[in-house]
Amino acid sequence: MTEHQNGTGQQSSAAPAIELRGISKAFGPVQANKDISISVQPGTIHGIIGENGAGKSTLMSILYGFYKADEGQVFINGQETQIPDSQAAIRAGIGMVFQHFKLVENFSVLENVILGVEEGALLRPSLAKARKELKALAEEYELRVDPDALIEDLGVGKQQRVEILKALYRQADILILDEPTGVLTPAEADHLFRILDGLRAQGKTIILITHKLREIMEYTDTVSVMRRGQMTDTVKTKDTSPEKLAELMVGRKVLLSVDKVPAKPGENVLEIENLRVIDDQGVERVKGIDLNVRAGEILGIAGVSGNGQSELMEVLGGYAQATGSVRLKGQELDLTGKKSDARSRRERGIAHVPEDRQSRGLIMEFPAWQNMIFGYHNDPEIQKNALLMDNSKMVEITQDKMDRFDVRPPHPHLAAKSFSGGNQQKIIVAREIERNPDLLIVGQPTRGVDIGAIEFIHKQIVALRDQGKAILLVSVELEEILSLSDRIAVMFDGHIMGERMPADTNEQELGLLMAGENGSGENGGQA
Amino acid sequence: MDKMPKWADVALIPFLNLTLAFAISMAVIAAIGQDPFEAVKLMVTGALGSSYGWGYTLYYATNFIFTGLAVSIAFQAALFNIGGEGQAVLGGLGVALVCLYIPFPHWTVAILFAMLGGALFGALWAAIPAYLQAKRGSHVVITTIMFNFIAASLLNYVLVNLLRPKGSMDPASARFPETTNLPTFHDLLSPFGIAFSKSAPVNVSFIVAVVACIVVYLLLFRSRIGYEIRSFGQSQSASVYAGISPVKITMIAMLLSGGLAGMMSINNTMGESERLILNSVEGAGFIGIAVALMGRNHPFGVFLAALLFGFLYQGGGELALWLSIPRELVLVIQGLVILFTGALDNMIRMPVERAFIRAAKRAEARDAKQKEA
Repeated sequence: MTEHQNGTGQQSSAAPAIELRGISKAFGPVQANKDISISVQPGTIHGIIGENGAGKSTLMSILYGFYKADEGQVFINGQETQIPDSQAAIRAGIGMVFQHFKLVENFSVLENVILGVEEGALLRPSLAKARKELKALAEEYELRVDPDALIEDLGVGKQQRVEILKALYRQADILILDEPTGVLTPAEADHLFRILDGLRAQGKTIILITHKLREIMEYTDTVSVMRRGQMTDTVKTKDTSPEKLAELMVGRKVLLSVDKVPAKPGENVLEIENLRVIDDQGVERVKGIDLNVRAGEILGIAGVSGNGQSELMEVLGGYAQATGSVRLKGQELDLTGKKSDARSRRERGIAHVPEDRQSRGLIMEFPAWQNMIFGYHNDPEIQKNALLMDNSKMVEITQDKMDRFDVRPPHPHLAAKSFSGGNQQKIIVAREIERNPDLLIVGQPTRGVDIGAIEFIHKQIVALRDQGKAILLVSVELEEILSLSDRIAVMFDGHIMGERMPADTNEQELGLLMAGENGSGENGGQA
Repeated sequence: MDKMPKWADVALIPFLNLTLAFAISMAVIAAIGQDPFEAVKLMVTGALGSSYGWGYTLYYATNFIFTGLAVSIAFQAALFNIGGEGQAVLGGLGVALVCLYIPFPHWTVAILFAMLGGALFGALWAAIPAYLQAKRGSHVVITTIMFNFIAASLLNYVLVNLLRPKGSMDPASARFPETTNLPTFHDLLSPFGIAFSKSAPVNVSFIVAVVACIVVYLLLFRSRIGYEIRSFGQSQSASVYAGISPVKITMIAMLLSGGLAGMMSINNTMGESERLILNSVEGAGFIGIAVALMGRNHPFGVFLAALLFGFLYQGGGELALWLSIPRELVLVIQGLVILFTGALDNMIRMPVERAFIRAAKRAEARDAKQKEA
């Protein structure tokens, strides 16, 4: 740790690895970045946090050549550098690991690594060279991946390593990681940070964009906070605290834990028995689970993504078929027939905040007012007559909900794609929660959502619980599961590994269950 | 300002595209040794210079409105219906059967039934590819193309073997009874003392086509089914989440599309030839694709684009008639228009958009300076 403190301490000794001076960028009326200046010393991990829409991604996109800044200069190792495109960024030694990996699924690791930097018309020499280099990198940084494995066969953690290898293979000295732990288990995340530590020790500079305060506090040397397009502060991590950072991000004091009274669970609302789901490829994804959710209770389902939670939600939401038995308030739900579609589910009183808001929850090209009734467009309330819908009524409803749910900007005619992630999610939550459903299923409610909006969305979910509704929460964020749930079930490989009460468990125990280790010997149904 | 103003998007860009297409067309005409200005003059006067010219321009436009709407409505559901041609052929058969075998007292009744007959046959012809797409996943582009050929052969068979009057050598049906003959613009306008060419084929179908534009607009943008069609076209996964059935929307959009294509036949079969002939669709089903592309799949855009293509059709015909320009050159001009307005749209759009953004930025900066001063 002494090494990087030197780095940050002696500002004058070496030229900063990256220095931005007065960067501004506007998209129409929105000033995404305003007069931003930072300087990052070589051999440090620099964190950037801020709410969604604060301008972090824009700033990094400018650095990686996706956008051109309206004003300002970029200096790399003390040299002013123009970065018109990502090729130039790579030449300048900048590597980027995106939140959504940019890998060719049916290529091997090796082929992905050389993609775009093949030398010559024949692949063999490039592949051989890359193989040697990957081996060296693997040993140096704990970046072990089988070079011949296909990407589609690798877990997300390993795929991310391939992304890092790609950057290093392109001689990157500066590595930008955008929300790197969003899809990782706690153990995988720890491994990632060991890798990053190793890279730092070798003098690489790392920029870590995240919304997780814990990661900032544990792993970064310096941290910059962004709010509404401006850099509000840059501090040494050891001189600050999570509370201070959160306040800087949001501009006011924030409750980091969810404020709620103990649950008063009532009757069973949802009863699931021996539910099995087989996906399109014929793979069994949910392998006979039993679950129940009671009125006035939040059941949290923890698990690494891809262990059957999505399929469970799809069945309940009405867009996947299943076998077994699901009862809502004692009445059997149709799992395969005519009434197994999403419209019938809504009519039965199941509201659904989907995991993927961009591909499921919203039509990105539609304006907010057409999204606010999406799925409920058959409501008599918004029909003008037998043939036409009442567009002005829909706009009116949307305006009202946008005001009450603090959707910003509150313009019903703006396309969904023009809102930030947090505000898109608020549109969905506003739409689903106010239907007064018996059961709300919520998937990843705060994925890619900023702290201010997280707090708001959590409050709404708890408020619905307090009205005596049943809530099934699926999240890969353990923190969220622990703070929001009244009861926790852990899913692994299509099974429920066990149930815990939040007060009697901790991240370590849940982490083990999520990894398929049935520590306490409780019957998890290992088939 | 991250976008250009709306008027530039809907008016300036198409105008620039067309200008470019015509400039290149003129260069081609000059290259084959003809006077390009003379040619343009001929086209404009031929298509718009007389009520005869207008009569043909609007007649062609009527066909293109129907087929353009047909392609648009399917496209809003992300279905590419290439089968407008075949659906219009079958629509012609539907219209002919209605006109030949049902005795009508007056054309006003006849046109309603003919619309139904044409739409029904067109829709049925689209229903098979639609079903194969919805239930079996056979791509609608492939099946509708194949159905065009089947439709042409089927019509051939029906005309030669079934509908041809005894003793006739012509592969065509008998003439429709006079009570089914639609009034042309000449018939419609002369009571008001407005002279309109007697020989131009434009007829009351044009008005039906305009009404169809309005109805399709209301259907797409104001009705529930239109909302579901557009949702499905934008995102299938989201639509399933919202409880919109892919099978239902695929079927409905294709049936509407085929129905509109089939309805075109009230214009060419009932309004113009007044009997069913081979090859009466004359490629209008394919022109509909270009019309929809240029009209951005919006009914009002389709209307304007159909007028333009009506003009090209009629003006181009005049060219071939009066200059020693091969008829194929007319296809070159139409091709260039399609190329520039459809395929190369972004070539013009991007620089213009950038210019607008730059201008807006400069204006902003000036305002800011003035405020400071």
